[in-house]
Amino acid sequence: MPNLKDLKVRIDSVKSTRKITSAMKMVAAAKLRRAQEQAEASRPYAQRMDRMLGSLAAAAAGQAGAPKLLAGSGSDQTHLILVATADRGLCGGFNSSIVREARNLARELLEQGKTVKFFCIGRKGRDQLRREFGERIIDTIEDIARPSLSFDKAADIGTRVVAMFEAGEFDVCTMFYAEFRSAISQIVTPQQLIPFAPPESENGEEEPEALNGAVYEYEPGEEEILTALLPTNLSVQIFKALLENAASEHGARMTAMDNATRNAGDMINNLTLIYNRTRQAAITGELIEIISAKEAM
Amino acid sequence: MAEGKVAFELVSPERLLLSEEVEMVVVPGDEGDFGVLVRHAPMISTLRPGVIQVHDGGAVTESIFVAGGFAEVTPARCTVLAEEAVAVAEIDRAATEQRLSNAQDDLLDAKTDSEKAQAERHIAVAEAMLKAAS
Repeated sequence: MPNLKDLKVRIDSVKSTRKITSAMKMVAAAKLRRAQEQAEASRPYAQRMDRMLGSLAAAAAGQAGAPKLLAGSGSDQTHLILVATADRGLCGGFNSSIVREARNLARELLEQGKTVKFFCIGRKGRDQLRREFGERIIDTIEDIARPSLSFDKAADIGTRVVAMFEAGEFDVCTMFYAEFRSAISQIVTPQQLIPFAPPESENGEEEPEALNGAVYEYEPGEEEILTALLPTNLSVQIFKALLENAASEHGARMTAMDNATRNAGDMINNLTLIYNRTRQAAITGELIEIISAKEAM
Repeated sequence: MAEGKVAFELVSPERLLLSEEVEMVVVPGDEGDFGVLVRHAPMISTLRPGVIQVHDGGAVTESIFVAGGFAEVTPARCTVLAEEAVAVAEIDRAATEQRLSNAQDDLLDAKTDSEKAQAERHIAVAEAMLKAAS
């Protein structure tokens, strides 16, 4: 028979766990709102950048002198995988699902005899990848979202990636992050950063204004603009991914903590039931003892 | 859309800074300033650090400093993608001077070409900012 005191202790401990999880849920909800706002605010820039780049890339594609960031280095032997995860756990399957996708790609590439390198943004991704790909992780960036996520930080990563590419350290760069759909649904998305792959236009969105067949004039020249635009675009894409990731992380944490709070509630109910039954049984037992003692006299 | 006006948008990676319909904007292109009126030929240009002037009703209504970026012009619109933008009136002289001297120190410390180029870029931005503020 469970001890009454033990039960009491357990109920109290589950209660304090529930307090923590519900507080974490509230914090995550507040942070989610902010992250979502930030993600939405950054969208216009990315959209316009895409539009500009799309028209430029179409014009420059196939030309002999196209910049390497657009055309690639002519090989696909070495792959760099950028894994954007959170720095903290307790957010359900968020980190694991990103890492799982990245790992699958890495295994596939390794089977084909390619070289794979990892660049982790976020501590959790590194922790999970270290076991299998320890020596392939070239660097990890931690705490990028503290105190706040800014474009400068994304630009720093972008510059480093470009510098590595130009030094010939890799040929293809793919980034994994979780795209934010809603608080309960985040979709792990691989995105090829280098060479530049124009995003497939979603749901067949038409250009709002026709240029009447007019083509853009480029000032100074197409190539100069492209060489300036491509690295910036890389930073923008990374920034966008990080913002999406931040929103997804808080969404995932909110859901996870909501579940945890609910589970804790269920557990408390069950334990309280057992506690009351046990107490009742003890009382009944004592009564029987008293009555039978009296009758015996 | 109002007749004879261009839709001008100024966007930074973090947010949409300005979106309004104006008569004319003067944008500091890499190869010289250019004014954009409605029905301008479509073009894409890189920007140098300088001041964007928004003209409305024949006078300059707003001056905004940008530290470089890109401009996309279509017959009806002018979109500026700026990495950094501040209203000229809000430029902090002291902070900018500090930035300039930091950048100059960086240039002296720079070892690689890319560090040097970056420091030079920062100097150019800070100098243009000071010039805009004066």
